Formats: sequence, C-alpha cells, structure tokens
Amino acid sequence: MGSRSSHAAVIPNVDSIRRETGFSQASLVRLHHRFRALDRNKKGYLSRMDLQQIGALAVNPLGDRIIESFFPNGSQRVDFPGFVRVLAHFRPVEDEDTDQDPKKPEPLNSRRNKLHYAFQLYDLDRDGKISRHEMLQVLRLMVGVQVTEEQLENIADRTVQEADEDGDGAVSFLEFTKSLEKMDVEQKMSIRILK
Amino acid sequence: MLRAALSLLALPLAGAAEEPTQKPESQGEPLPGLELFRWQWHEVEAPYLVALWILVASLAKIVFHLSRKVTSLVPESCLLILLGLVLGGIVLAVAKKAEYQLEPGTFFLFLLPPIVLDSGYFMPSRLFFDNLGAILTYAVVGTLWNAFTTGAALWGLQQAGLVAPRVQAGLLDFLLFGSLISAVDPVAVLAVFEEVHVNETLFIIVFGESLLNDAVTVVLYKVCNSFVEMGSANVQATDYLKGVASLFVVSLGGAAVGLVFAFLLALTTRFTKRVRIIEPLLVFLLAYAAYLTAEMASLSAILAVTMCGLGCKKYVEANISHKSRTTVKYTMKTLASCAETVIFMLLGISAVDSSKWAWDSGLVLGTLIFILFFRALGVVLQTWMLNQFRLVPLDKIDQVVMSYGGLRGAVAFALVILLDRTKVPAKDYFVATTIVVVFFTVIVQGLTIKPLVKWLKVKRSEHHKPTLNQELHEHTFDHILAAVEDVVGHHGYHYWRDRWEQFDKKYLSQLLMRRSAYRIRDQIWDVYYRLNIRDAISFVDQGGHVLSSTGLTLPSMPSRNSVAETSVTNLLRESGSGACLDLQVIDTVRSGRDREDAVMHHLLCGGLYKPRRRYKASCSRHFISEDAQERQDKEVFQQNMKRRLESFKSTKHNICFTKSKPRPRKTGRRKDGVANAEATNGKPRDLGFQDTAAVILTVESEEEEEESDSSETEKEDDEGIIFVARATSEVLQEGKISGSLEVCPSPRIIPPSPTCAEKELPWKSGQGDLAVYVSSETTKIVPVDMQTGWNQSMSSLESLASPPCNQAPTLTCLPPHPRGAEEPQAPLYPPSDPRPSFAFPPSLAKAGRSHSESSADLPQQQELQPLMGHKDHTHLSPGTTNSHWCIQFNRGSRL
Repeated sequence: MGSRSSHAAVIPNVDSIRRETGFSQASLVRLHHRFRALDRNKKGYLSRMDLQQIGALAVNPLGDRIIESFFPNGSQRVDFPGFVRVLAHFRPVEDEDTDQDPKKPEPLNSRRNKLHYAFQLYDLDRDGKISRHEMLQVLRLMVGVQVTEEQLENIADRTVQEADEDGDGAVSFLEFTKSLEKMDVEQKMSIRILK
Repeated sequence: MLRAALSLLALPLAGAAEEPTQKPESQGEPLPGLELFRWQWHEVEAPYLVALWILVASLAKIVFHLSRKVTSLVPESCLLILLGLVLGGIVLAVAKKAEYQLEPGTFFLFLLPPIVLDSGYFMPSRLFFDNLGAILTYAVVGTLWNAFTTGAALWGLQQAGLVAPRVQAGLLDFLLFGSLISAVDPVAVLAVFEEVHVNETLFIIVFGESLLNDAVTVVLYKVCNSFVEMGSANVQATDYLKGVASLFVVSLGGAAVGLVFAFLLALTTRFTKRVRIIEPLLVFLLAYAAYLTAEMASLSAILAVTMCGLGCKKYVEANISHKSRTTVKYTMKTLASCAETVIFMLLGISAVDSSKWAWDSGLVLGTLIFILFFRALGVVLQTWMLNQFRLVPLDKIDQVVMSYGGLRGAVAFALVILLDRTKVPAKDYFVATTIVVVFFTVIVQGLTIKPLVKWLKVKRSEHHKPTLNQELHEHTFDHILAAVEDVVGHHGYHYWRDRWEQFDKKYLSQLLMRRSAYRIRDQIWDVYYRLNIRDAISFVDQGGHVLSSTGLTLPSMPSRNSVAETSVTNLLRESGSGACLDLQVIDTVRSGRDREDAVMHHLLCGGLYKPRRRYKASCSRHFISEDAQERQDKEVFQQNMKRRLESFKSTKHNICFTKSKPRPRKTGRRKDGVANAEATNGKPRDLGFQDTAAVILTVESEEEEEESDSSETEKEDDEGIIFVARATSEVLQEGKISGSLEVCPSPRIIPPSPTCAEKELPWKSGQGDLAVYVSSETTKIVPVDMQTGWNQSMSSLESLASPPCNQAPTLTCLPPHPRGAEEPQAPLYPPSDPRPSFAFPPSLAKAGRSHSESSADLPQQQELQPLMGHKDHTHLSPGTTNSHWCIQFNRGSRL
C-alpha cells in the first residue's frame, strides 16, 4: 500500500474524477490498476474487446449490454474517467452523499441514477421507454431456454402491463421507478468495495 | 375443558413421564370370567398422556387466541409459560410431587427437531446467505464471548464474596454454566420475533444466530463438562486444543451431515413420481434422520437439520407435487407449533418443582445482569467490527434490538438439567438461575420487546406482494452486480453467488430435479405463475375486483356488449337450427342481464354439488384419487365460488349498463383465441363476468408433460383454477347415473315460473357454450404450456357450431320477455323428451329473477342438482362429439 501515492499520481485528473464520482483515492487507485490490466496493449483506453475477454462476463446473460453501457453513443473506446463514471453508479450510498447542497449535480450513485443505469440496459433504442419487445428481449436473456417463447411473451405482456400506468404499452422511466419504489435499490445496486 | 383434561391427568399418580417411546406394559392377568368392562389405563398411559398434553396445549392456544387484545400485547410464549406454571402448581398440589417435567431426552429427540426443521426449511435462503457473515460472527464470536465473559464475571462475583459460599463452584463450573446460559435460544427467539415483525435483515441476523450458535453451545458445553468431570487439575494443554478443534468438527460435521441428507432427500424425491403420497413423509424422515445421525455422532444436530432444510428446499419443492408441498408446509408448521407450545408449557411446569433448585440471590441477579450486559457489549463490539465490511451498516437501533432480543430458552434449561450433580455440586443453583433467566428473558423481554420496537421505530418488515417487475429487475440487478464485480476484478459475494447459481443450474439442478420440474424451473416464471394463481383466487374471493386492478378489465364490463351480434336471432341462424316456433322470440335482443342469468345458471350447473354422484371405486394407496375426496371438495368450493360470483353479480349488475369503457388492448388477443368460435357459434362474447371467472386457469405446467405419460395419477391438476376438458362420455356417464337416479324426485315437473334465461339453459349447455365464457382475453393468463391444448379445445368447440337436432326445440323456448310467456312454453317441450328436463324449482326461478337474493342459494343449488344431472343426460345423443367443459375451480394453491 506504500505505492498508493505513486499510483495516484499516475492517474490523470485524479481530483476532478474524484469530485465527479465520489470514489475514494484508494478505490480510484484500485480501479486504475484494474483498468490498466484490462487494457491489454497499453493503448490508454478500453475497447469492447478488452471487456469481452473477461471470462465470466461472457456467461452473464446481460454481459453484452453491460459492456455496451461503457460505450455511450456508439463510441469505440472508453478512457479511464468514462470507465470510472460507469462504475460510480455502484458506489454505495453514504450518509454524506444525502446532505449535499442541491446546486451540485446529483451524484452518480443516487437512487435515480442507479435505476437509470438499469433502465438503459433495457431500453435498447434509447427512446426512454421499455417497449414490450425490449422487455421480451431481456426476458429471453434472463430466463433462458426453459420457458417457451409463448410463455415468455405472456410474461413480457404481463410485466409491461403491470408497470404501465398511462396505458401506452411501454414502461417509461417514471413507471420503471414506480414499479421499484418498494425495493431497496440503494442497497441492491451497490458494491461494497467501490467506496 | 382444561379442568377436565387436568383431572384426567391427575388421575394416574403412577405418573410415568410422557416418554412417547415407552412401551405400554401389558397388565393382562388371566381373569376367571368374561369381563364386561375392563379399565386398562396402564396399557395406554404413555401415549395417552402425550396426546393429552398436546391437546391441553392446543386448547390453551385456542383460548389465548380468543382474545385478540391479549395476544397482541403478550407473546404466546409468555402465556404458555404462565399456563405451565399454573398447571404445574395444580399437578404439584394434586400429586404432591412434581410430574411431567421437561425431560432433556424428550426435548432433544422429539420436541426440538420439528422446530428447527421448520425454521431451516422455511428460512429465506437468499436473505440468510446475504447476511451469512454477520450471522456467523454473532453466532460464533458472540456466543464464545458471552460464555466466557459471563462465566468469568460470575466467578469474579463469587471471588468478591457476593455469591453465597454454599454455591460450590470453581472457575470451570462457572464457565460451564456460562456456556449453557449464553446461547440465544432459537425457540424463544422465533416465538417472540415472529410476532414482532422487525425488518427482515434484523430478523434473519437474530434468528440465524440463534440457530447457528447451537454448534458453539454444544461444543462449549461438552468441552466444559468434560473438563469439569476430569477436574481442572487434569486438564492438559492438548485438551484445550482438542476443544478448539472439536468446535470445527462439531459445526462443520453437523453442517456436512445436514447437506448429505439434503442431497439424499432431493435425490429421493426426484423419483417419487408414482408414489406421490409418501413425498411429505420422506421430507420428514430424512430430515429427522439427519438430526439423529448428527446427534449420534455428537455433532451439532440443530445445525444438521437446519442445513438439511435449507439445502433441500429448492429441489424438493420443485420435485414434489403441489399437494405434497402443502402437506409438508402444514405438517411442519403444525409439528413445530405443537412442539413449541409443549416446550413452553413444560418449562412452566418444570419451574414449579422446588426440589430441583436452590436459590441464591447473588448468583441469580449477577447472572441476569451479566448476560444482559455482556450481550449488549458483545453486540456493540461485533457490530462495530462488522460495519467496517457491511454494505448496509447495522445502526444503533438494530443493535439495541439485537441485544435485547437475546432470549434464552428451553435449550439452556435442558442442558442445565443434564448436568451431573455429583460432578457439578452447584447444579441446583444453576438450575434455579437458568429458570429465572429463561423466565425473565421470555416473559419480561418478550413482553417489552414489542413496545420497544415500536418506540424505537425499528424498521418493520413490510409485506408487499411480489410483482413481476420487481422479480425481473432484481434478477437484472444481480446480473449487473456480478458483471460489475467482474469488470472491477473483485471476486466478491455477487461473483460467487453468480458462480454458484451457474453451477447449480448446470449440474446440481439437473441431477436433483426431475426433468419436467427442471425445465419449468425459473424464478421469473414462478412469480408469473404464482401471480396468476393469486389473481384467480382473489378474483374468486372478491368477485373480480382484483383483476381489474391489475390491469385486466373485467369481462363483465358492458362496454364490450356487442348486443347486435349476439342476438338470439343470429345465434339461431348460425346454429343452423331452423326450428324456431315462437316467432316473437326471434328478434328479441336479450338484455345482458338475462344473458348473465343464463350464464350463471350454467355455471351453477357446472358447479353444483352432487353429493350422491358415484365414482369409480379406486383403492390405490399410492395416490389419492381425485375422484373420491377431491372432487367433492372441489364441488364444495365451486359452490362457494358460485355464490360469491352471484353476489358479485348482484352488485355489479347495477352499474353494468352505465359504464362503458373502451378496451383497446384486449381486442387483438381475443381474436386469435375465440374469434373463430365466436363467429361460428355466434355466441355472445359478452356473456358476463363469468368470462374471466371461468377462464383464469392455471395449470401446473408439469401436467402437460406428465400427461404424456398417459397416467392419470401423475396429473397434478391441483393448482389454481383448472379447466378440464373431459371427454363427453365420461362426464355423461356420470350424469347418467345421477340423472337416472335422482332426477327430479319432486313432483314439480313443469316449472311454475321459469324465466326466460333459465329456459334457455338446456340449449346453452347443449352447445358446450361454456366455452364462450372462456374469453380469449384471458388467454394471456392461460399458462403457455396449456395454450396448445387450449387452442385445440377452442377449435373443437368451433365444430360444435351446429348443435344436435334434439336440442333445437328447446331453443325456441325463449320468450321475448323474461317473464312473459311461461304457460305457452310447456307444450313446446319436445314430447320425445322423456324427462322433465326443464323442471325449475320455484325457488330457483325466484333466484334467477332477483339477483340480490344470493343469500338463499344453498338449498336452491341442491334442488338444482337433479336438473343438472339430467341436463347432461339430455344431450347424450348418440354420436355427439361434444366435449363437455367441466370447470373446476381449485384453490389448492392458495397456500
């Protein structure tokens, strides 16, 4: 751990990243270490390939989508700040986060942002709504082969219907938030080590 | 009642302890003559007493729960202990000596296992493993801490001279006492916390701790006990090491035994396909075997049975039939609650026996203070440590509840009774202290914890219904977290859980679940499936309001009245029966109300209770044939359901024609399902709310697969509300029997005043039009694996478009107005019809007209019953290929 300071010095713009993401110095150092480990040929950014090589991600039904979430707007590379920005969604909510002054932008790990991260995994066409089709696709990924297509469609129908309040046959982000309002999202979308 | 039982109990002064295993000795002396009456108390004594005690306990429970006020304030365990005290006092007064105490043998072998199995089996496993770290810390470190500090502090108290010198105990004795008094008791904790409803995390931590600390308690107790017996001078350093090692052996060994038996149990239930009836038994037997095996090997039996229940549940639940699941659940709960009740009562009784204990105020007070103090201190220290690692830290309020919730109970008492007086001279003092501690924690803390929780505003557990969205998103979150851990490169909890789930899915489930169960095993599907069942049940229970609230519009909404297309004329034309004698009838557009009457009537017919119907005798032991008991139950249920529907109708009716709600989304789906049937049949789709009632059908998906076995016994058609499409022959045969036997025993052959709707009854049923109630809208509720069959049924119904000729005349019996032409109808009855098929008891006719009279239904239904049987028969025209729809509403899945 003695090498912390030297590591931290390696990271460009440490302070601005810290301010934006709220990560601690130690976390940033660890993440930077990981970032460089993932960046196989030391190009300074990660490509989709770099993330796809993580073995367990290939098995993860949502792996592809999560990889995609690191590359907003169809870009081909993600630099360290972008990498950290995505991961910042999973920083646990701490007490000092809650009483921030309202002028500051909402921290990335707020409930809303956590939910929004999950939401955009569903919302493939980025129209702000989870359509029945999109729901069906997610279900297909998650449920696997055991359930027939027809059953899946029924589930998708019902899921959309359940959350859909304005009757447009799709789940908007607001409805998405509402359907999860009883869930402890702050807890379920946080990873302890990402302080 | 209690008094009576008591006096019976007091009778046998010989009073053997109620050891269920005790063989009744036969007292059979040869008697000279034939005795008219012989009193053989001793032959039945032991089991009789056991049964009586349980009976007393159960009756006491009933009495407690007569008053809601009392049980809401006082935990049941307190009441039971107090009752035990009273009973013990009475027994003591009558028998002049203490009887029926809590025997450690009985407790450990018979009373404890059901409780632990129940808690292990129904443990929320996800929650448990999410908090495993905290639970293990509190269970292991906490218990060790409590034992040593309490023991040492008591020893210090003695050294300080605050304990009377007659308490002869050394440091080891106090440590032994500390080890048995320190463990939080699962029975007591469960009894109190189940009523308190704190939030899940807090509950699982306290409760999990109480279960898992058994291993530590057992080890500590055994080690200390053997040290005491060896004498402190002879204890070598290696013995300490052995003591530490035995901690691991006992706990890990116990867990291993439990997991092995869980594996066996899961594997066994995989092959019980043809002997469903023993499935529940297997669960209990193997779990008990796990307990006994661990006990035999002096491992932690509680841990073994907990792990067994925890481990096997997923696979067992998937393998066994739904009925078995219900049986397991209920039996387990019954046994556990029985055992718990008896334990607390016997605890109370045992406390009365003053011969067993000796009082020392210093010791008692010291112990009480120390256990409270050190528990609190231990919790604070450990929580502080744990919070460094926890995502959601346990706050101060949680810590207070955890400290205060450290209830001691019967385990401590049983252990202290087991002490050897020759080796532990202070046993009597320890017994007294234990009793006081147990009573104090159960009664005082049990009484006050609820107000405390309220006062501290501890986060309560909130029960919300599972929704598909939550389930789906929760899975999404899990996957996201696992993926993020991968990206971050930290193999944490989520990573390992994900790995375990993959392993489980790939290998373990394949091995331990029968293929059919494995295929349909998915949590999201499960939730979907359960939601459907719940909807169906609540629809039936509440008359449909729930469905509309979940987004399914009630079919009975008049909005979809397409009156024109459903007019009788169309119907007649399309059905191809030109024999309409009453011209007035033809163009009458019948009101929705009449239609609903008719539909209701059919539902009645379908759901009538037929008490005397004969079934094939079946006497297989390996499965419970549905014929005998099941169907009767179902019929009773159908009746209830029908009654509710009727009352619902009466309320719904009024708004029926005022509301008009467009139903944009339903139409598309409806088409593919029933449109055809509709078109050809000309059936009114908007027949009424029965649509949904009849349609929400959920069938255990296994059925489909098992049906391919073509063995009826495999059918698990016991879930939810099920449509059974039955071959005509079968139903009609039944109908024939009942019809010929019972049709209209009453002289009323021609109905005095049948309404229009009622008259159309036979016609309706003749066309199998129940299918029409099955609106396609609900196909979305039909489990998908049933949909093929469903669609087939639908198309087979289409073929019914033209009814057999002999039904035609009855069609003409529709008067233009419900109560218009009753008299002219009589001649219209086909003379060829040998039976008075349209006999309507007056009461029924009345009911048909006035909807509000739903209260008077039961007798009416029974009067209807002959009619029903007959109806079936009427349409038994040779060569009819009607498939008859038999609606079976089953609410088995309610639980």
